[in-house]
Amino acid sequence: MATFKDFRNKVKPNWCPGCGDFSVLAAMQRAFANQGLNPEDVMLVSGIGCSGRISGYMNAYGFHGIHGRALPIAQGLKLANRDLTVVVAGGDGDGFAIGMSHTIHAIRRNMDITYIVMDNQVYGLTKGQTSPRSDVGFKTKSTPDGSIESSIAPLEMALTAGAGFVAQGFSTNLKQLTRLIQEGLQHKGFSLINVYSPCVTYNKINTYDWFKEHLVNLDEDEGYDPSNRMMAMQKLMESNGLVTGLIYRNENRKSYEEQIPGFREMPLTKQDVKIGKEEFEDLLTEFA
Amino acid sequence: MIKQLSWKVGGQQGEGIDSTGEIFSTALNRLGYYLYGYRHFSSRIKGGHSNTKIRISVHPIRAVSDDLDILVAFDQETIDLNAYELHSSGVVLADSKFNPSLPEKVAARLISIPFTKIAQDIGLAQMKNMVAVGASSALLGLSKEAVQEVIEEKFSRKGQAVVHKNMQAIGEGFQYIFQETGGPLKEFQLAPSDGKKRLYMIGNDAVALGAIAAGARIMAAYPITPSSEIMEYLIKRLPQFGGTVVQTEDEIAAISMVVGANYGGVRALTASAGPGLSLMTEAIGLSGMTETPAVIVNTQRGGPSTGLPTKQEQSDINAMIYGTHGEIPKIVIAPSTAEECFYDTIQAFNLADKYQCPVVILTDLALSLGKQTVNPLDYDQIKIDRGKMITDSKDLKELDNSELFERYQLTDDGISPRVLPGVKNGLHHVTGVEHNEVGRPSEHAANRKQMMEKRLRKLQEGIDFNDPVYIQATYEQPDALIVGINSTRGVIGEAIKMLEKDGLSVNHLHIRQLLPFPTEIVKAHVEKAKKVIVVENNATGQLANLLKLYVGMSEKISHVGKYDGTPFLPSEVYHQCKELFVHGHV
Repeated sequence: MATFKDFRNKVKPNWCPGCGDFSVLAAMQRAFANQGLNPEDVMLVSGIGCSGRISGYMNAYGFHGIHGRALPIAQGLKLANRDLTVVVAGGDGDGFAIGMSHTIHAIRRNMDITYIVMDNQVYGLTKGQTSPRSDVGFKTKSTPDGSIESSIAPLEMALTAGAGFVAQGFSTNLKQLTRLIQEGLQHKGFSLINVYSPCVTYNKINTYDWFKEHLVNLDEDEGYDPSNRMMAMQKLMESNGLVTGLIYRNENRKSYEEQIPGFREMPLTKQDVKIGKEEFEDLLTEFA
Repeated sequence: MIKQLSWKVGGQQGEGIDSTGEIFSTALNRLGYYLYGYRHFSSRIKGGHSNTKIRISVHPIRAVSDDLDILVAFDQETIDLNAYELHSSGVVLADSKFNPSLPEKVAARLISIPFTKIAQDIGLAQMKNMVAVGASSALLGLSKEAVQEVIEEKFSRKGQAVVHKNMQAIGEGFQYIFQETGGPLKEFQLAPSDGKKRLYMIGNDAVALGAIAAGARIMAAYPITPSSEIMEYLIKRLPQFGGTVVQTEDEIAAISMVVGANYGGVRALTASAGPGLSLMTEAIGLSGMTETPAVIVNTQRGGPSTGLPTKQEQSDINAMIYGTHGEIPKIVIAPSTAEECFYDTIQAFNLADKYQCPVVILTDLALSLGKQTVNPLDYDQIKIDRGKMITDSKDLKELDNSELFERYQLTDDGISPRVLPGVKNGLHHVTGVEHNEVGRPSEHAANRKQMMEKRLRKLQEGIDFNDPVYIQATYEQPDALIVGINSTRGVIGEAIKMLEKDGLSVNHLHIRQLLPFPTEIVKAHVEKAKKVIVVENNATGQLANLLKLYVGMSEKISHVGKYDGTPFLPSEVYHQCKELFVHGHV
């Protein structure tokens, strides 16, 4: 059986020392191994940005696409081969700026895909510009006087779009993050896991210490019921999204693949696609 | 007896103009006549003038005619807008309801028939269409049964009562003509057809059918005129083959899904028109850079921007060749008939798999939506070639710890073995960033150079495409060579016949493989001709400029353009080419 080490490769990440993304990579490797997956079972599709490089650091099948389009690429892959464990990882700019529309529609569509956002509330690879997750007043190269746009609340947005699985982790809590990713992998449908993954170079406000001070861990809240959508929404609003843990899970919602008319259990990629002569002649009658 | 005639039905959009043409033409197709139909419509659902013109012939035809024999009018506007096309022995069949009258200078005969009244008496005003079909059939001397057979089939799902009423409507329209004219008019008596069974379809149907035959099982697309029929057909038919269509949030998602699905090992396509193709260009580059097959259909319409969404144009030629930043190997093919749409689509998927690159199937509105006779499609010509694809780990050597499969192995032909995700010992990484042989990002100058050359090498020696051009080279040293692309094939053919009557010798070349450009073949024909005239539906002469770029000899290449949204008529091509002979310019 594969262990988390089997998901490691020899490539040295080009992330800054102390970057939150190292822990996300480690949590993913552990979650895959814990789920009994082998490297060839995992298809990791990543976006563009610092975090998007993650597919190159994982010993699995990796597709590093174009900015903002990791989700549609992953959905095409999942339709082609539903046996693959398709995981998408990218940054907040990738998922909530350029790719926002794909995020909402992937949630609506509900294919069995796990989406991990490495949220550092800033643009790192382009060297420090504001992100849709930056707080009002956040000063960057592109907002020298502070951001005047409101920050996106991705988890509330996911709930309103009909998400069946919403969770949030924090880079330093490897144990919780690994568990959340595993729960996401187990969920039959689209799962969104937003991870606070601090940028130590360009975000001097939302630091490790800042998060430790502000984050509330829902695992420690006995009264919290993640099957209650209304409670989830209220909790997110009250805390301004500063919570970790499983926020919402609806186990009754069917995945997209389960609802496609005529879609078979056997992955499309393994089916014989040569059309029979009779079937072909039959198609032609419509035009006769 | 005549060899061909033209029939047109017009009225307000949403009035059932399409179904009138549909029933009438299905009957004629079954009787063995060759047909070519073109719809004039607007970018709205209800209202606005709309018409369908159908040409009926005992010989193959692929163009609308200049003139008109029979005009069926459901409103006065139809007469006012179209009666000028009628020749002097033409007939207008008009609904008595609006007290029809002919414009002063039109010599045609007006027959006023109470279409609506007859239909209402049977029970439903909408059936005025069927009364018109009955009347038209009677004028041509078709058997009532031929039309009624179609009704039986098309309406049987709606129950016997509906079938019966429609039959009655056809019958009464038929009878009305007999009372009015004493039976079929001699001038419209069509020569008998060869009676052979053929198909009648639009280019979009042929592309969709070709995709299924090629084994494509996933389509991702965003609705747009004039490509939506491809999506609609596949939504209806793919489930029986285990496949599916995803209506995406935009065209960027559509092409990205297609890249993902193809990477996963399933043949997938998207279809759109100009605005959608503009959005797709970045991901087409991704397909080229990651060497992932992708098939993209562009049913050209009037551009730029939203342009003329429901009108004919051929102005995306440059965009399809040059679109996408950077340099990638790309294939662009351009079928010119519905039949070619079918076979070329199958070839497009084979080319995409073989060369591991994007393949654009370029059509135009007149080809996509124009309905034409197609010879029975040949099952035995359906061949599937997946290229250097590996689906089984037995065909792979064991990988050592964290070693990767060389997805971008440097080979003589530039094409590397491709393994599908999920296969053991095939582990690899792909990226749109410049990469090395195992797909890891690499910016080294030497690596960049060899990878760029590897990708471009794939198409350098030309491609394995059956028919790069259509050629009608009657003359060894013609006065002129007329060059076209897509739907103008028929219209150029007819114009050449007219020019020949004037004593001119003219050859015809239609480009079917646009990229890589078939320079040698085209050059040979250009060299032989005294003059080259490129006929194209755009303002700047995009195809003519390509010819000049690839084959040179600019001084003898000129172009005839049309960009008002309507397809060329045979006489227009004839007159403009003639001008070039007389004055040397248009």
